[in-house]
Amino acid sequence: MFDAPTIGSTVELQDSKITASGVHVFYGDTHAIKDVNVNIAAKTVTAFIGPSGCGKSTFLRCLNRMNDTIDTCRVEGNIHLDGEDIYDRRVDPVQLRAKVGMVFQKPNPFPKSIYDNVAYGARIHGLARNKSELDAIVEKALRRAALWGEVKDRLGAPGTGLSGGQQQRLCIARAVATEPEVLLMDEPCSALDPIATAQVEELIDDLRTRFSVVIVTHSMQQAARVSQKTAFFHLGHLVEFGDTPTIFTNPSDERTESYITGRIG
Amino acid sequence: MSDAKLLTPKTSIHTQSPRTKRRNAAETRFKVFGMIAISIGLLMLVALMGTILSKGIGAFQQSFITMEVELLEAKLDKKGNRNLSDIKKVTTFGYTPLIKNAFAKAVKDQGIETDLKTKDMAKMLSKSAAAQLRNVVIDNPQKIGQTIKFRFLANSRIDGYLKGRVSRESIANDKNVSVAQLDFADQLLKAGVLKKTFNIDFIIGADASDQRPEAAGIGVAMMGSLFMMLVVLGLSLPIGVAASIYLEEFAPKNWITDVIEVNISNLAAVPSIVFGILGLAVFINYMHLPQSAPLVGGLVLTLMTLPTIIISTRASLKSVPPSIRDAALGVGASKMQSVFHHVLPLAAPGILTGTIIGLGQALGETAPLLLIGMIGFIASNMPTTIGEGLLSPNSAMPAQIYEWAKRADPAFYERAWGGIIILLVFLVSMNTLAVILRRRFERRW
Ligand SMILES: Nc1ncnc2c1ncn2[C@@H]1O[C@H](COP(=O)(O)OP(=O)(O)OP(=O)(O)O)[C@@H](O)[C@H]1O
Ligand SMILES: [Mg+2]
Repeated sequence: MFDAPTIGSTVELQDSKITASGVHVFYGDTHAIKDVNVNIAAKTVTAFIGPSGCGKSTFLRCLNRMNDTIDTCRVEGNIHLDGEDIYDRRVDPVQLRAKVGMVFQKPNPFPKSIYDNVAYGARIHGLARNKSELDAIVEKALRRAALWGEVKDRLGAPGTGLSGGQQQRLCIARAVATEPEVLLMDEPCSALDPIATAQVEELIDDLRTRFSVVIVTHSMQQAARVSQKTAFFHLGHLVEFGDTPTIFTNPSDERTESYITGRIG
Repeated sequence: MSDAKLLTPKTSIHTQSPRTKRRNAAETRFKVFGMIAISIGLLMLVALMGTILSKGIGAFQQSFITMEVELLEAKLDKKGNRNLSDIKKVTTFGYTPLIKNAFAKAVKDQGIETDLKTKDMAKMLSKSAAAQLRNVVIDNPQKIGQTIKFRFLANSRIDGYLKGRVSRESIANDKNVSVAQLDFADQLLKAGVLKKTFNIDFIIGADASDQRPEAAGIGVAMMGSLFMMLVVLGLSLPIGVAASIYLEEFAPKNWITDVIEVNISNLAAVPSIVFGILGLAVFINYMHLPQSAPLVGGLVLTLMTLPTIIISTRASLKSVPPSIRDAALGVGASKMQSVFHHVLPLAAPGILTGTIIGLGQALGETAPLLLIGMIGFIASNMPTTIGEGLLSPNSAMPAQIYEWAKRADPAFYERAWGGIIILLVFLVSMNTLAVILRRRFERRW
């Protein structure tokens, strides 16, 4: 597993897009994230790995302030996007989320047509001036999400009528249609078959040329295949963070080693 | 493992074990109870519907006496110049002789043998008969001098005789009708002069005074109800939906919103008469809005309906999965966009259903109307404009029904049941509409 090819791991890493320092997250009294420091580089794929319930999704949701919607959730510490504090009073979370897109753990298409699902973001952000531009955006997004071939003849059909894996790719298409600068993906492939997974991984690699991608995954192979940086979470702590090949071949913490070799999880 | 297998006795799945038998018996008992409960409910419903229909259906039919009336110029327009103000000077007393003549002519034409005086024959007609004839003449003065066919309302005793409510025995102490009149009614019936037919005036007409139950209709009260419902719909839907969206989606969850929430639930349980007295104090005594006006009734019923609408709207907003909100926020929609583009369309069927049910409650509500003077009032004219409909004194369907049920004459009692049928038709159609809308807008996610 450790010698799985890591695509483009030689690409030089640029300066950081998102920096998080001293981040704590509480759900009421539950301390879900404990003092996490991490730098997410531009034009890089960063993988978050760790056992279930360790706080990967929670931390990911801090990065585009989706945790604001949970009443009991409290975030402490600093998270900066391009050097600007995203928890600053002046920040409008809506504007932030247009820059930092998200694909959720469970597919959640709108109960509207496939076309409207993908076009929605472009519509509300005014990205298309006319119908043909919008059509082009929709087609491009669906192609990138490896879904175009399956749905091109039924763009008017409801998005909720697709299979689970197709729905997840639809959600990916919806997220990339707005051209975010950072794309957060929470286990995007957990419902996909190997072929679709490969297509999504290809998409992630393609996105890396322009965006930062943060991907949560339970698959070591996937993390090794698509990411350049890997962060290992355990019980709310960021145990280890570094270059993917290093984490997988020469981890410095024994918990990391136990996890990737399958002894804790 | 193979030891354990040997120890357990071998059982066949073709015979039921005692446990299974007990379980199945319990299930059967439960099913039987359920079916008994439903049968009792259905039986009650059938009994109720049967009673209402059998008692009320008569109100939709009325007995009419159709005769040829000669509109004598000598009586109606002595000057002969068809001057409307002169014609109007002739009161209903001037028309009574014409009616007597018409009876005499009918008796002669049909060859009926009777000793009844024409004076007593005329008394078999409704007390409004002369007025009906006069209205027609005033509307068509050119008909004076001609002989016209006219359909007179029979009075409520004769009508009751045709409907089986009145018999020769039951009128022993009744000075409004005599056995001779009933005999004559039989003869008229045979000759086809007296007939029981469908009476549209019950549905579209106005209420009538105590003396003329045969002329009373529910139409004007229906308009009163309609205008009240317009007020209720126009106010409670936007206010209720806006309040629910704010409370459910935007308001911070703290003790203030908790208090508001508890109070809304309490308001839904407040007896409607309390809203009536509130309406009297605020809208009539303080704001000096007109009494008995559908506008005030509508405002009172709005207060009453709002909690119902808010509660059902909040319930349907809650039932929209949170992942839809996340999805919208995740692509950079604002809170308001996520609510109006995604949440509200999904909640719409529930909101509509709640609103229609709230309106149905309001339509059938009587108690609060008691306090703002919409009961016991006899509105005799259909409103001609929307302003008049909202502001001129009127009644409402349930208030009209209550009023009829209160009056002594059994003819009014029949009309009360008839009114209930109309009210039920409205309620059933509204509920059907709610079901249809829900089916139509329901979407899966
Ligand atoms: N809305 C919430 N309210 C309260 N506690 C929560 C909430 N969401 C998550 N938690 C808690 O926070 C901790 C981290 O949860 P999180 O969803 O981030 O885990 P995860 O690493 O994404 O797990 P998985 O791999 O199973 O998705 C868990 O202990 C969980 O119980
Ligand atoms: Mg998760």
